[in-house]
Amino acid sequence: MKKLALALAASAAAVLSVGSAAQAADKTKVCFVYVGSHTDGGYSQAHDLGRQQIQKEFGDKIDTPYLENVPEGPDAERAIERLARSGCKLIFTTSFGFMDATVKVAAKFPNVKFEHGTGYKSGPNLATYNSRFYEGRYILGQIAAKTSKNHGAAYIASFPIPEVVMGINSFEQGARSIDPDFKLKVIWVNTWFDPGKEADAAKAMVDQGVDVLTQHTDTTAPMQVAEERGIHAFGQASDMIAAGPKAQLTAIVDTWGNYYSKRVHALLDGTWKSEQSWDGLKDGILKMADYTNMPDDVKKMAQETEAKIKSGELHPFTGPINKQDGTPWLKAGEKADDATLLGMNFYVEGVDDKLPK
Amino acid sequence: MSIFEAILLTVITASTPLVIAALGELVAERSGVLNLGVEGMMIMGAVAAFASAQMSGSPYIGLLGGIVAGALFSLLFGFLTLTLVANQVATGLALTILGLGVSGMLGEGYVSVPGVRLAPIVVPYLSDIPLIGSVLFRQDLTFYLSLALLFGVSWFLFRSRTGLKLRAIGDSHSSAHALGIGVIRTRYLAVMFGGACAGLAGAQLSLVYTPQWVENMSSGRGWITLALVVFASWRPWRVFAGGYLFGAVTILQLHAQAFGVGIPAQFLSMLPYAATIVVLVIISHNRRTTLINTPASLGKPFVPER
Amino acid sequence: MRIELERRPQASKLYGFVSPLLALLLTLIAGAIMFAILGKNPVEALDAFFVEPLLEVWSLHELAVKAAPLIMIGVGLAVCYRSNNWNIGAEGQFTIGAITGSILPIVFTEWHSPAVLPLMLIMGAIGGALFAAIPALLKAHFNTNEILTSLMLVYIAQLFLDWLIRGAWRNPQGFNFPESVPFAPEATLPAIWEESGRAHWAFVFAIVAALVVWFMLKYTLRGFEIVVLGQSERAGRFAGFSSKKMIWFSFLFSGALAGLAGISEVSGSIGHLQPAISPGYGFTAIIVAFLGRLNPLGIIASGLVLALTYLGGEAAQLSLGVSDKVTRVFQGLILFFVLSCDTLIYYKIRIVWSRIRGGVA
Repeated sequence: MKKLALALAASAAAVLSVGSAAQAADKTKVCFVYVGSHTDGGYSQAHDLGRQQIQKEFGDKIDTPYLENVPEGPDAERAIERLARSGCKLIFTTSFGFMDATVKVAAKFPNVKFEHGTGYKSGPNLATYNSRFYEGRYILGQIAAKTSKNHGAAYIASFPIPEVVMGINSFEQGARSIDPDFKLKVIWVNTWFDPGKEADAAKAMVDQGVDVLTQHTDTTAPMQVAEERGIHAFGQASDMIAAGPKAQLTAIVDTWGNYYSKRVHALLDGTWKSEQSWDGLKDGILKMADYTNMPDDVKKMAQETEAKIKSGELHPFTGPINKQDGTPWLKAGEKADDATLLGMNFYVEGVDDKLPK
Repeated sequence: MSIFEAILLTVITASTPLVIAALGELVAERSGVLNLGVEGMMIMGAVAAFASAQMSGSPYIGLLGGIVAGALFSLLFGFLTLTLVANQVATGLALTILGLGVSGMLGEGYVSVPGVRLAPIVVPYLSDIPLIGSVLFRQDLTFYLSLALLFGVSWFLFRSRTGLKLRAIGDSHSSAHALGIGVIRTRYLAVMFGGACAGLAGAQLSLVYTPQWVENMSSGRGWITLALVVFASWRPWRVFAGGYLFGAVTILQLHAQAFGVGIPAQFLSMLPYAATIVVLVIISHNRRTTLINTPASLGKPFVPER
Repeated sequence: MRIELERRPQASKLYGFVSPLLALLLTLIAGAIMFAILGKNPVEALDAFFVEPLLEVWSLHELAVKAAPLIMIGVGLAVCYRSNNWNIGAEGQFTIGAITGSILPIVFTEWHSPAVLPLMLIMGAIGGALFAAIPALLKAHFNTNEILTSLMLVYIAQLFLDWLIRGAWRNPQGFNFPESVPFAPEATLPAIWEESGRAHWAFVFAIVAALVVWFMLKYTLRGFEIVVLGQSERAGRFAGFSSKKMIWFSFLFSGALAGLAGISEVSGSIGHLQPAISPGYGFTAIIVAFLGRLNPLGIIASGLVLALTYLGGEAAQLSLGVSDKVTRVFQGLILFFVLSCDTLIYYKIRIVWSRIRGGVA
């Protein structure tokens, strides 16, 4: 009985592989690896929306298979290699934790092109890409300073990695540009994705009197708490207005699709090169959700700041800025360089927290 | 509202699912069945509650959905361990894995959908009493149910005949069987009750705690529930106290972080687990008391002799 | 109608062999039904899950990579469970073993010597054993339930690793990301057949461990002790066996194996220490142990089968668009069916139609 089943299965496998080989010849495969579920309502879903965007744009010219819920570590290496072996020509690995796995597989498959999101190791066939989330955070900070009645806000943060620290600092910078006495509380939940914990953290902050919340975690739980308690909050990675119709001021929406589109064009044109790109608001890799639940003058200010950042007139990390302990960091007019930002592990003045070391 | 009141309210929301699930598991364990599948039943309850609330528009239907789902899912466990006499530890684990997988599949269409929230029920007059008023009389139905369960389970186990029979089964199923008590039938009911409670706890998660559906949102609470039952020495009032202790430590460590207590966040996060171990050790220390309180036939397979 | 069980005088050898096959068949059928409901071709789906991963050499390597920690931990857990010590904290012991085994390459980066790797492995095993000593101590001397203590310790171990990697052990050249320095080549567990894939020596260790435990359980006095104490503590006491000593032995042994698995995984598959080193191996190994019916040779098979479901799940995602949650459902189903079919080994199942209790069949 078992032998028969195996024989049937083997012949099915043969038929299947012939089928997919024939298909691969027509369409270029552009593949994706997600750390979470493509329906997680947060980070991975944002990448998947980008994938859907390019699938629609390029239609019959490309196929976009993906693997989701791939744990960081050795499983990632296997998943990426599987994609490379199945005929993918361009592979996007969307989470920092895939970095070393991507490097290893890229070395094994020199004819396949790889792009690693939010990392820093690149190679001849391995590019990196990142999004200047901190530009959005600066705008959030300004809005928070205008909205809060007690000169402060709370930041629900996931893990103390440079990207998160950068976001906290940029938020504080934005807030201080309006209100020099603004204090930012930070609470670490040690997860990207746990609605219960995020809700608990949000409630704890609200109980302590905070009236503006922002988050660097992925579920809508903090926004829901804000809506329930009648305070304001900012969405993260996607527009969370549905969860907070009266609470959401705006959100940072990840629009990876525009970047993916650029790169697929380059792939199909033959002009793809390995680069370490760090796009921002002006390149469309992220955008701000509609400014809601705020008075018109605040809205105008936010729009103006957004325009200034896009035109390059304003850089969120422009001196004079001191570190949290008072020591000077940037001189007047000096702008922070990308390398420092990418490895940021200190707070700026005004952040009311001790960075977990 | 003072900050003390506010924190108390948050602790109540965090502790309620633990208490409900633990009371259910307590009954099952008192009948001699160790069901490690609480996490699986809880998450199935969460997804079923969310889905039924979405489809019907009513969070109360949602609660019902969660309860029914938990009870039905526990039947799988019952069949394997009571009829087929399979190993209870392994079957419980299988139930958890299956529950996490199936709930993920069923819930796929519901992610990022705004949830239907179970609103608090305000008891007139009583809720205006300062402090206790808002804490005790302005809560959602699941909190009141947790209190009802506490009193109900206590009364049932220690003041009713059926409860006595159930405890007898838990202490010695062969003696109970010899006395003509329906061991298998009672255990099935106890297991289903445990499942219903776990399902209700799950419903609280997706309708009250955070009205949304996200994969794995039970986040390990099922395992904490199991710990609670043991460290309450299988006594309902202690389960209640333990649940609130765990909930309080979980919430307070977040406040401690915000207050800038100098301890690293990871160590603060360890507190609830470390506290559980410490309390467990203290409680189990006296071998005799532990032996007296543990249902002696817990986890042991029962096959009626013919 | 009622289902009645009648205990067999002796465990049925026939069913001992047939039961897992029957379970596998039932799983395939249930899986086929599930795929049909989901709108996918059942034959294609089952093929993607169970056959496709076996068809390529690199995939067989990946199978070994994935199965190695499962088998290694599972074998240790078998010793524990057989003796009625329920170690649920293997995941924590895995983590601590990875930490203690990484002390040399991370703290003493300047020491280059062929002795580094063997020492790392030994230190990993010792670390795992010491961490497992905690629930052992609490059970043996404080009478505390080991299921819960070992489980709580898992969370504590993971948080500790997180703290370590973000703090003292973070790579100073790593842009402040939570990773340790990459391990030097002599601190890396080498691959067995480099050219065809990345299966490394952890797989060999796992097989060796399984064989050692099999031998121990079948032919040594210690093995006999384990089995007897597990089945009846009283009988064991009459035979002069100490259940307290067995608590220590089983926990230390399984902790050591879990710790060894931890450092092997870190040094062989990952190459540095980071917060995410295990997608739940310690828990999956519990399933592997039960699927293999607590027999080390069976555990080799069940470890490979479970690894197959992981690989198959990925293959199915790509070729059929099947969601990854199906993998977990499959694993749950396999365990369910194995547990159900196992009843046949110890009991005869009779369906009784008559309502008379204890009546004639």
